[in-house]
Amino acid sequence: MADEILDTKGLNCPLPILKAKKALKKMASGSLLEVHATDPGATADFEAFCRQTGCDLIESGEEGGVYRFVIKNA
Amino acid sequence: MSAAATTDLANAKSMSLIVTKGTLDWAYPPFILATTAAAMDVKVSMFFTFYGLPLLLKKLDLQVSPLGNAAMKMPMAGGHMAMPNMLAMLPGATAGTSVMMKNLMKKKGVASIEDLREAAVESEIDMIACQMTMDLFEYDLKDMIEGPRLGGAATFMENALNSDINLFI
Repeated sequence: MADEILDTKGLNCPLPILKAKKALKKMASGSLLEVHATDPGATADFEAFCRQTGCDLIESGEEGGVYRFVIKNA
Repeated sequence: MSAAATTDLANAKSMSLIVTKGTLDWAYPPFILATTAAAMDVKVSMFFTFYGLPLLLKKLDLQVSPLGNAAMKMPMAGGHMAMPNMLAMLPGATAGTSVMMKNLMKKKGVASIEDLREAAVESEIDMIACQMTMDLFEYDLKDMIEGPRLGGAATFMENALNSDINLFI
């Protein structure tokens, strides 16, 4: 469903956000980026990131220590 | 409905940082904050002065000393331990501590300063090298990375006056 998947498992702040931004820059408006992370701070970070940049955090969840976010590009 | 994007120039947020420290530990706050802000569409400027200036050198060999660093308690044997000052002043203590911290960063998936700095240049953060410090400590522009421009206190002041956030690190 996602147009692109970004794996940031094992990476700590601020890398998940920085890598997500880098990916989103190359993607069309409205496209979906799915991010996987193990950084527990990522949940709050991606919420803040989306609020500030106008992206939509469509999905945000955690399963077995892996956080999964689906972001709709602004 | 998502919040207003900061692509609107009138609402654009800005941050200026003055970077005055250059040890391995203190290199992190400015670069993490700057790159994260830039990722969140904030216009960022960083003014590297005094001991922050060597952070712009092409070849980095950042060090951190546990000497007199009372808050520095590292994960060790299941707990946290500080190195006694008597040991921290022995030859090799600073180099050893710095290597250990860099290894800890790698193990925990924390970006290196080199990577964060590259991200800062890539995201077009305005990086300014303090001209006075360059002169004072006899640094050469050719030893610095590509990207930063030269400036003085007035350059920083103008950025600061026009920024929503000003941080002294």
